[in-house]
Amino acid sequence: MGWAIALHGGAGDIPYSLPLERRQPREEALRHCLQIGVKALKSNMAPLDVVELVVRELENIPHFNAGRGSVLTNKGTVEMEASIMDGNTMKCGAVSGLTTVVNAVSLARLVMDNTPHIYLAFDGAEDFARQQGVETLHTSHFITPENIERLNQAKEANRVQIDYTQPIQNDTTKGEPEIPFANGDSQLGTVGCVAVDGNGNLASATSTGGLVNKMVGRIGDTPLIGAGTYANELCAVSATGKGEAVIRGTVARDVAAMMEFKGLSLKEAADCVVHERTPKGTVGLVAVSAAGEVAMPYNTTGMFRACAAEDGYSEVAIWPDTKIE
Amino acid sequence: MSGWAIAVHGGAGVDPNLPPHRQQEAKQLLTECLNLGISALRSNASALDVVELVVRKLETDPLFNSGRGSALTAKGTVEMEASIMDGTKRRCGAVSGVSTVKNPISLARLVMEKSPHSYLAYTGAEEFAREQGVETEDNEYFITPDNVGMLKLAKEANTILFDYRIPTEKCAGTESPVKMNGLPLSIYAPETVGCVVVDSQGRCAAATSTGGLMNKMSGRIGDSPLIGAGTYACEVCGVSCTGEGEAIIRGTLAREVAAVMEYKGYELQQAVDFVIKDRLDEGFAGLIAVSNKGEVAYGFNCNGMFRGCATENGFMEVGIWE
Repeated sequence: MGWAIALHGGAGDIPYSLPLERRQPREEALRHCLQIGVKALKSNMAPLDVVELVVRELENIPHFNAGRGSVLTNKGTVEMEASIMDGNTMKCGAVSGLTTVVNAVSLARLVMDNTPHIYLAFDGAEDFARQQGVETLHTSHFITPENIERLNQAKEANRVQIDYTQPIQNDTTKGEPEIPFANGDSQLGTVGCVAVDGNGNLASATSTGGLVNKMVGRIGDTPLIGAGTYANELCAVSATGKGEAVIRGTVARDVAAMMEFKGLSLKEAADCVVHERTPKGTVGLVAVSAAGEVAMPYNTTGMFRACAAEDGYSEVAIWPDTKIE
Repeated sequence: MSGWAIAVHGGAGVDPNLPPHRQQEAKQLLTECLNLGISALRSNASALDVVELVVRKLETDPLFNSGRGSALTAKGTVEMEASIMDGTKRRCGAVSGVSTVKNPISLARLVMEKSPHSYLAYTGAEEFAREQGVETEDNEYFITPDNVGMLKLAKEANTILFDYRIPTEKCAGTESPVKMNGLPLSIYAPETVGCVVVDSQGRCAAATSTGGLMNKMSGRIGDSPLIGAGTYACEVCGVSCTGEGEAIIRGTLAREVAAVMEYKGYELQQAVDFVIKDRLDEGFAGLIAVSNKGEVAYGFNCNGMFRGCATENGFMEVGIWE
């Protein structure tokens, strides 16, 4: 037993050739967010507060696809979404279609804490944000030049860009257009964080801008409890990848379900869901268990990730073999 | 045991004082829906086509809370949502915040089949509807005098009315809560609708549609459009839930039925009973389900659920109470 934390900045076809100037800021960011989370856990902050804190940090960093730095819809706008879940109470909150809210994950938390509902979206969510007095900024704040460029590329190729740009092998999902190789920097992912304290309290949070060139109004897996986010007494899970695959695979819920109903360990359950139950190239996740274990499997080329546990283990990585400490 | 099976619901949680003529109306509509579905199944329609067909009928009829006859938001408008899932490849489609689309379930199906996404909402969903040329009506079309009256009462009581009636007094012989989520009601509250089907080829499908909570905040999304919560279908079963949206979401109820079948080897009825008994805590809900073996089952932990079911071997039942 002991505390543990894991966070991600998205799974996808992150090419090994990713230039250093694109890699480093993200590795730094992962390390920075990990440190914030570890410090918070060590000072006995509740996991629910920790995951919110870390995801807020990830949202504020423009290198990841959440908050500022969110990818753009086919109309060049941002529509941000997030969800959060408390493993103890199973209370949850979710938001979609945000355009001015600086921290979507915090608004999701307010939906959970301050309304009798779980999920608010679009205009209603923005109205709620104003009622609650959360920080909002003009929507242009969230739009970065890199994302304008990504959108242009996607439109030129007339495709929807997912978290990755290279063609997917064994893609059995419907309708997804073939994605030709692009400039290697078009992969951006969801962000998320899961945490457990020394008493086995678990929480999970996920946040995103969604898919490049998505249809206005498109909702992905991130705000869907059981798909992108889940936490109960056994584990906390935050998933990333191709939204449609995460939804149909009810990825986050399935990890917990396999632990509960098949008696699998966290690692076994997480590996099974990612490697046996979802198509290759579509999914990654981070998960922690009540016992303080960590799992970060993915079936894509890479996943921006970091984790740490009370026993001293710590990792910041992108691909399978290269670990950066 | 194989063969087709179908179940349909009009919502869980019913006032024991529901006037007999309203009970009759409800049962009649449920029977018509079953017959419609059965007729289609007998001519070899696919499960996916049948669930859409039946839910369209339920949306069009103003009796239950979906399509026309939807519950009203705090602003007095209608915001409808729906989802559909095809068990064969677990393809899914969902919509939320539709305000002019006559049949949200059909729009959800179009999202699944004609868009690169799984879920569209609000303005984006309405735009897609226009692109697809689906039938639309002004928002007023969906608003019924009954619901205008209900909204007024809800506002007076400054509360949210849920999917089901909440009895204010105990009925002799029935265990009924006086309140649900602290809200007593003595008048008819509208219901979500849903349909699950396994066809003669053993394919399962599920569909759910609703106007949501009376007096809800604009922008509030419930369980009906959420895959894994209100709707789920896979190789082994199809499930549609109704009741307290928040409880269904946190319990990932529809997925749960399938998960215990897949991971614990439960049979359908066993799975349904388990989920209703163990996964709802203080929440109130009901669900209908079919299995790829041609079985049908339902369960609910609240006071009544409008439902009907039928199987190929001639079984047919329409009911409200336990």
